[in-house]
Amino acid sequence: MEKLIANKQIQVNEEGYLANFSEWNKEVGEAIAVEAAIDLSPKHWEVINYIQDEFKKESPLSIRKIGKSGVVDIKEFYALFPNAPLKTATKIAGIPKPASCI
Amino acid sequence: MKSLVILGAGTAGTMMANHLNKKLNRKEWDISIIDERKEHHYQPGYLFLPFDIYKPTDIIKNIKEFIPSNVELIQNSIEKIDAKENKIVLAEGEIVKYDLLIIATGAKIAPEETEGMGGAEWHKSVFDFYTYEGALALRNKLREWEGGNLVVHITEMPIKCPVAPLEFAFLADSFFQHKNMRNKVNITYVTPLSGAFTKPKSTAALEHLLGEKNIAIESDFAIAEVNNDDKTIIDYGGRVIPFDLLVTVPTNKGDALMERSGMGDELNYVPTNKATLQSQAYENVFVIGDATNVPASKAGSVAHFEAEILTENILHYIKQEPLAASFDGHANCFIETGHQKALLIDFNYIHEPVSGTFPFPGVGPLQLLKESVLNHWGKLAFRWIYWNMLLKGIPIPFVGSHMKTAGKNF
Repeated sequence: MEKLIANKQIQVNEEGYLANFSEWNKEVGEAIAVEAAIDLSPKHWEVINYIQDEFKKESPLSIRKIGKSGVVDIKEFYALFPNAPLKTATKIAGIPKPASCI
Repeated sequence: MKSLVILGAGTAGTMMANHLNKKLNRKEWDISIIDERKEHHYQPGYLFLPFDIYKPTDIIKNIKEFIPSNVELIQNSIEKIDAKENKIVLAEGEIVKYDLLIIATGAKIAPEETEGMGGAEWHKSVFDFYTYEGALALRNKLREWEGGNLVVHITEMPIKCPVAPLEFAFLADSFFQHKNMRNKVNITYVTPLSGAFTKPKSTAALEHLLGEKNIAIESDFAIAEVNNDDKTIIDYGGRVIPFDLLVTVPTNKGDALMERSGMGDELNYVPTNKATLQSQAYENVFVIGDATNVPASKAGSVAHFEAEILTENILHYIKQEPLAASFDGHANCFIETGHQKALLIDFNYIHEPVSGTFPFPGVGPLQLLKESVLNHWGKLAFRWIYWNMLLKGIPIPFVGSHMKTAGKNF
């Protein structure tokens, strides 16, 4: 489906994750953060940049991995993106929701 | 003479020893398998031990019983893999050289990864059932427990047999009903996932069952610590869940050998090509079962299907042919739901578990994603199949290594 984000028509799935990372830009990220009631600080952006770098390397993301990234520890990650931090942070970063292995 | 070495004589390693013993030219190849353990445990049995459904003797056999006589079993611990030099260093510095290596060292629990988990209440009111010791201690506890808050908990994914904690919750419901004390027990299922399972259709079916059995669910719970004094678990978001009896699945990790050898990821799983099962770092190293990082379930059924694929690819590799056999992520699991019923799921990398019939399209006799008594008997029969067919590499009739889509309601 299409959604108007930051005055741009963007392809998203039912849960609001971007279908194409190529449609993401900083304004789109900011608009998604506003919807999640998050005010993005420089620390938030450090985490988002890390997540996007890992995504580009096709390296699977997990809360544990972010905790060991050297960018934030898990407590800080929760403080920045409350409740379900990995889901919220990946949505803002414009990448697919991380699939948990089963 | 060339040498093929298998690390680990669990489910996956034992199956590979049996397959390759038949398929390799034994005039050219020596096969050895290294494992320090003396016993082979039927790990699915750990689920039934706490409820007195299985006895210890049902699930433990001598490890030697399943290794073919012309495969050398080396009973020693492994210090290091030196993959650049194609050699294994054993505990006392003894060296085993290889031309081809198969890593089948599995996964195990790591309670030390969570603050307080291995603390004062460990095996007193906090239990795991992923080890023999844990399952046995829990059995003794359940025989005497008088009720309260039972919390069934998953620390983080991935874990071995991802449906086992759900099965534990279902079997606990059934167990306490039979003991006429279900009204004295609150059961809560606590998971780091957003729902009962990872895939939408089975999550809906399983959450319906949880509701029917009056089992509460707490999702998106990322545990920060076990508080042994207050008997609570606390998540990073500050959520607190009290317990009288905590049955947890701790973090699962690959063998510490991978860390010592510089061959693992952050959870000590070996980066592996998910189709060919070749290690991503060394072309003469292959990986199977729970030891890999492939995005399939960590389960015996997966290792079983992988073993057939890996055997073909090893033969291709030896002949210097392309690794043509491709694993599709096929998994096939019975889920015990209590009261002598079970449901069955069949899925792979691409297709989520759905309803339908198995193994014959439109016929069954087994029903997918639906509770039935026949599925329960299927699960119990599986222990015999495991000891007598699966480990020995005898094909299971009508169940192929690639998932079939016919007979399924996508």
